[in-house]
Amino acid sequence: MSARVLVGVKRVIDYAVKIRVKPDNTGVVTDGVKHSMNPFCEIAVEEAVKLKEKKLIKEVVAVSCGPQQAQETIRTALAMGADRGIHVEVSGKDYDNLGPLQVSKILAALAKKEETSLIILGKQAIDDDCNQTGQMTAALLDWPQGTFASEVVLEGDKVKVIREIDGGLETVRLKMPAVITADLRLNTPRYATLPNIMKAKKKKIDVVKPGELGVDLTSHLEVLRVDEPPQRQAGMKVETVEELISRLKEAGRM
Amino acid sequence: MCSVSHLRLLCVPQESKSFAVNMFKGQINTSQVFPFPSVLNEEQSQFLQELVGPVSKFFIEVNDPMKNDALEKVEDSTMEGLKELGAFGLQVPTDLGGLGLTNTQYARLVEIVGMYDLGVGITLGAHQSIGFKGILLFGTRAQKEKYLPKLASGEDVAAFCLTEPASGSDAASIKTTAVLSPCGKYYTLNGGKIWISNGGLAEIFTVFAKTSVKDEKTGEMKDKITAFIVERSFGGVTSGPPEKKMGIKASNTAEVHFDNVRVPVECVLGEVGGGFKVAMNILNNGRFGMAAALAGTMKGVIAKAVDHAVNRTQFGSKIHNYGVIQEKMARMAMLHYVTESMAYMVSGNMDSGASDFQIEAAISKIFASEASWSVTDECIQIMGGMGFMKEAGAERVMRDLRIFRIFEGTNDILRLFVALNGFQNAGNQLKNLQKALKNPLGNAGLLTGEIGKRARRRVGLGSGLSLQGTVHPEVAHSGDLTVKAIEEFGATIEEMLLKHGKKIIDEQFVLKRVADSAIDLYAMVVVLSRASRSLAQGLPSAQHEKLLCETWCIEAYGRIMADMKSLRSSSSKQLFKNLRAISSALVDNGGVVSPHPLGF
Repeated sequence: MSARVLVGVKRVIDYAVKIRVKPDNTGVVTDGVKHSMNPFCEIAVEEAVKLKEKKLIKEVVAVSCGPQQAQETIRTALAMGADRGIHVEVSGKDYDNLGPLQVSKILAALAKKEETSLIILGKQAIDDDCNQTGQMTAALLDWPQGTFASEVVLEGDKVKVIREIDGGLETVRLKMPAVITADLRLNTPRYATLPNIMKAKKKKIDVVKPGELGVDLTSHLEVLRVDEPPQRQAGMKVETVEELISRLKEAGRM
Repeated sequence: MCSVSHLRLLCVPQESKSFAVNMFKGQINTSQVFPFPSVLNEEQSQFLQELVGPVSKFFIEVNDPMKNDALEKVEDSTMEGLKELGAFGLQVPTDLGGLGLTNTQYARLVEIVGMYDLGVGITLGAHQSIGFKGILLFGTRAQKEKYLPKLASGEDVAAFCLTEPASGSDAASIKTTAVLSPCGKYYTLNGGKIWISNGGLAEIFTVFAKTSVKDEKTGEMKDKITAFIVERSFGGVTSGPPEKKMGIKASNTAEVHFDNVRVPVECVLGEVGGGFKVAMNILNNGRFGMAAALAGTMKGVIAKAVDHAVNRTQFGSKIHNYGVIQEKMARMAMLHYVTESMAYMVSGNMDSGASDFQIEAAISKIFASEASWSVTDECIQIMGGMGFMKEAGAERVMRDLRIFRIFEGTNDILRLFVALNGFQNAGNQLKNLQKALKNPLGNAGLLTGEIGKRARRRVGLGSGLSLQGTVHPEVAHSGDLTVKAIEEFGATIEEMLLKHGKKIIDEQFVLKRVADSAIDLYAMVVVLSRASRSLAQGLPSAQHEKLLCETWCIEAYGRIMADMKSLRSSSSKQLFKNLRAISSALVDNGGVVSPHPLGF
């Protein structure tokens, strides 16, 4: 099959880091903080590389939007087995305002440019938890979508996706080209080995500007304020049910 | 491993750039120590940063140090994972299947291993830091191409075979023999080695054995050591069961026996008869790795201690508020800072092409092994009863660390090495002076300089040496202390040489104290260099590093001055006599001499 898969990878603050809000409440502290690939994006890359290893698709292209450091994330994807990378250069204010709408416009433009059969994304990023990019990208391209995928099976020119939904599992069959977003149980991402990281140095990363893709990055959202979650208040122990009721009444909860 | 004749093998040229060599002469050569080496170019640095994540991740998520310790073996799945990760060929050239890392890059990764699991650290280190290092350093192109690819992938594991039941520190006395066949095509190897790390796992062994070699000058046959690459598949190679140890239990340690093993002449490593040099170079070359790993160990253990001190409340306050705990933590931080600085100073020097770093490498091994022992001990102390419990993870580290003061050159032998090497170089300088005195007019410049130096010393004036302009102005005072210490040190060395002459090699009480001061001095210079760089770069941590540097220097200066003063005084002679006498009595008595206070 001559299919090309586009995988979006986002650079986010590492899941193990203790997040701190900036003193001016405009956002969180990112300077000097450990960043890594969004875990759901890792699962997306793993799925794409697995498909290539089964020889069901021909090429895996890793895409990331952001400043220079986004290339680190692309290189991690290359070390996991992606063939080449595309770095869409977005920095400064544009990067601060970059959200699912803008990214999906970029991915849609790239998908058309790169003759893509399948776009695989993580279901959401762990920094903004938007869970929108996959859905918006499919809509912009007018492609079918299989979100929250826990299993992906290629069947000729179609792809069967088993989705995790509230009630259990739903199976859909999509005609390619299509967009899939990866959920937690889709696979277990491989560890990038040191020799693969070394080999990845030789793989190509093309740099592209959003303008070249005809994408307008204007945001229609404005972040007003970022606050820490309220401090957890201490609870109190009560001896009897009567005491519980009187305390609740006191607190105006009854 | 240490008699004067052997020192000649690692002797430095007359004009050495090594700081340690020069400090023994009371001189300061800053070329290898200032500024703090920065040897990675942007590409190497970026590449290294990409490697740190995956290696750390592997040790956090996959490797289970408690399991490895309990099983007394590295779990099979972990071993496989390490091989796939590429951890077995970090410094093998890339065209032979390795990662081609520089010493500094290797140090950074080994630091991660040291932080999480020293048992795995030794398994990897015994394989590549010493096991097949000889092939990297001394192998022919053919030998490299034949062996390195499988060693890099981990398909073959390597081991370093020097120690025998009767030959530990005294490595030159080994008895394993290799006899050349009449046809001249192979050697027959016979002997037994003990305590070989990876002995039970290895396929490729670097073996040291005595061979009969014709002396160039006299024509008589002499027994000299030759290094060989021996494959288990040659037949006749057997290994014993894993030894039961105090620590690094996950690392396989076993006896290895060679019973009429036929080793082709193509497997000679280096020159026939040049094996001792091969052994010493291998060990010397790998020492920085130990300092780096142990810096990692200390960092991990300090984090545990701080976490406890910050969260534990006693007598109404968190215990980090108490002076006793504060002193412990401060000392732990300083010991870590010195070790880390030494590790990367030495690796940086090696990567810059320095060839005389053996004193510094030995010092870094001694310091790192003793500092990490002390730091871990204090961590357990801070944690109290909890520290003694297996689940806290600190007691395993303590058990793992004990061997580091013993293997790869015991710290006692290495101290003698540092002192004797220093004395030898200083002695050569004095010899040159003696020669110059025989022709004073032809050596006027040299002599005037020396006379002037001694005259100033006699009157109590400084030697004119200074580190002003080299160290950052904010640590200038520590720089001055260091210069004073070097002057005192150099003067004492000269006095000891004049007093004892060649017999200095037997004065181990003196040598030990000289080595201790040499270690303290190198430590002072190393933190001065590191702190100066941080201050110059305006790092956010610069003021803290300045504190570490100044505090270390004040105390090290005190120790050095006191030791040197005591060596030059007459009371030290009596002290040594006493110590010798006590020991002698114990030997005569087979143990404690004084009878029980109760009389029975």
